[in-house]
Amino acid sequence: MATTYDIAMKQTEPQQEGRAAVIVVENLRKTFGIHKVLDGINLSVDRGETLAVLGRSGTGKSVLLRLIIGLETPDSGSIYIRGQNIAGLALDRMGEIRKKMGFLFQHAALYDSLTVAGNVAFPLEHHRKDMSTSERGDLVRQLLVEVGMGGSMEKMPSDISGGMQKRVGLARALALEPEILLLDEPTAGLDPISSGEIDDLILKLQHERQMASIVVTHDLHSAKTIANRLALLDKGNVVIEGTFEDLQESDIEFVRQFLKQS
Amino acid sequence: MSDHGVIAVEGIHPSIPKRRAEAMPSAANSGVKLMNGFFEWFGSLGIFCWKVLRAAVTPPYEWRELIRQLDEVGSKSFPLIALAGAAIGVVISMEARYSLTRFGAKSMFPATLVYSVIQVMGPIMTGLIVSGRVGAGMGAELASMKVSEQIDAIEASAINPYRLLAATRILACILMLPLLTLAADATGLLTGWFAQTLVEPLSFHQFVENGFHGATFSAFLPQTFKTAVYGLIIGTIACFQGMRTRGGAEGVGRAVTNSVVIASLFVILADVVLVKFILVVFP
Repeated sequence: MATTYDIAMKQTEPQQEGRAAVIVVENLRKTFGIHKVLDGINLSVDRGETLAVLGRSGTGKSVLLRLIIGLETPDSGSIYIRGQNIAGLALDRMGEIRKKMGFLFQHAALYDSLTVAGNVAFPLEHHRKDMSTSERGDLVRQLLVEVGMGGSMEKMPSDISGGMQKRVGLARALALEPEILLLDEPTAGLDPISSGEIDDLILKLQHERQMASIVVTHDLHSAKTIANRLALLDKGNVVIEGTFEDLQESDIEFVRQFLKQS
Repeated sequence: MSDHGVIAVEGIHPSIPKRRAEAMPSAANSGVKLMNGFFEWFGSLGIFCWKVLRAAVTPPYEWRELIRQLDEVGSKSFPLIALAGAAIGVVISMEARYSLTRFGAKSMFPATLVYSVIQVMGPIMTGLIVSGRVGAGMGAELASMKVSEQIDAIEASAINPYRLLAATRILACILMLPLLTLAADATGLLTGWFAQTLVEPLSFHQFVENGFHGATFSAFLPQTFKTAVYGLIIGTIACFQGMRTRGGAEGVGRAVTNSVVIASLFVILADVVLVKFILVVFP
């Protein structure tokens, strides 16, 4: 049966003919009070591609992700998800789009009253009512094994480390088999070994699932490892976008300074 | 404005100290800020109520969460409400007996106790206790979920948080408050009667017959069911304050305090309005 999402996609397909990009951000602006956070951002991400968004603290990297998933509303500009402009979309319509997105929050944002397995099962219980309890349980187990948390299913989020919480958050983000994966600082606050493990996990998932991903990070090493392209933000704008080599070859002072300090 | 006013504000007039003149514009600014905050709060509350109402009447319905909240608000508040009702019954019994004896109206004791507990003390006491217990609990739970981005995570999972978190809690409060009020009334009457029998034996049958003599349903039912409005107020304020929390642990503390204080205040104000309304509609 066609969902509202499928119908919406079908309706907008002719307008986006020839465009392979899954996420397209055009001239996006966002202001909080007098603070201009994003000032006309343009980005696009194709299927199977990972874009790392870098920049100093407070340059609006996380706000960009929150705008894409609809947790914030832009002041102006457009966000196209598979050709449909979602900027300012009503909550119910946005819900259909969100089912195709997975979001890993900076601090994982696990539901502290649910177990690890309960957290991963949560979106399935609400959106996959066609699945039996045992099928759901199997899928939860499979997802947790995939992120290396198969042995901690009955633990509470408060009983596991920050790195493990991020793994569980990643499993929860993958539960509805998203086409788009948004990762907010996936390695922030983790030791180098855990960071490396998370990077490897993201790479593996990308290779297997071919999602369009945006990773917001401060960690240049991590960005270099997991992303196909990098975008460097400053003062609400994209200063440079390209491969790591493009950044290295750039003459822009801010880019050189950023690479030097990272 | 007169010249005097202008001079005073600028702090040039010799009779007005400079510090006082400087304080005047800042006091005016504070007043404007306070008014803005007041209207902003009510505006946000209106938008919140609209979102909850829309979410509540459209499927899918969150039956499982509603049942969990009915248990949380109803079953878990029951011991506290029953105990408070029992204490109130004893207090009213002692006070009423003393006053009625002084005025030679001791035979009115059962009716006085019944009417005092069911019409006055039971509903308002239940409302205030629930606004303390449930208002604080819901406010704290939702506020900590908000600051730890759990509510955002629910929304990011394509689940409407207004439906899952707010509508279920508000509905549970609306449904449970009248039942808790009945529990408070029952324990209050029982302990009130028991306190009386310790001083002067009075059979329970006689107590009930005299207490409810000539009473109609309209004398008690509106007073009991008005607490559904208290439930609406408590649930709405607690969810609203919790879901708009900002600023970490301090914000959570502020949300809890505001939930309890505002809900209790609104319950008392609603009681004033509802008592008058009931007296007019059910004379």
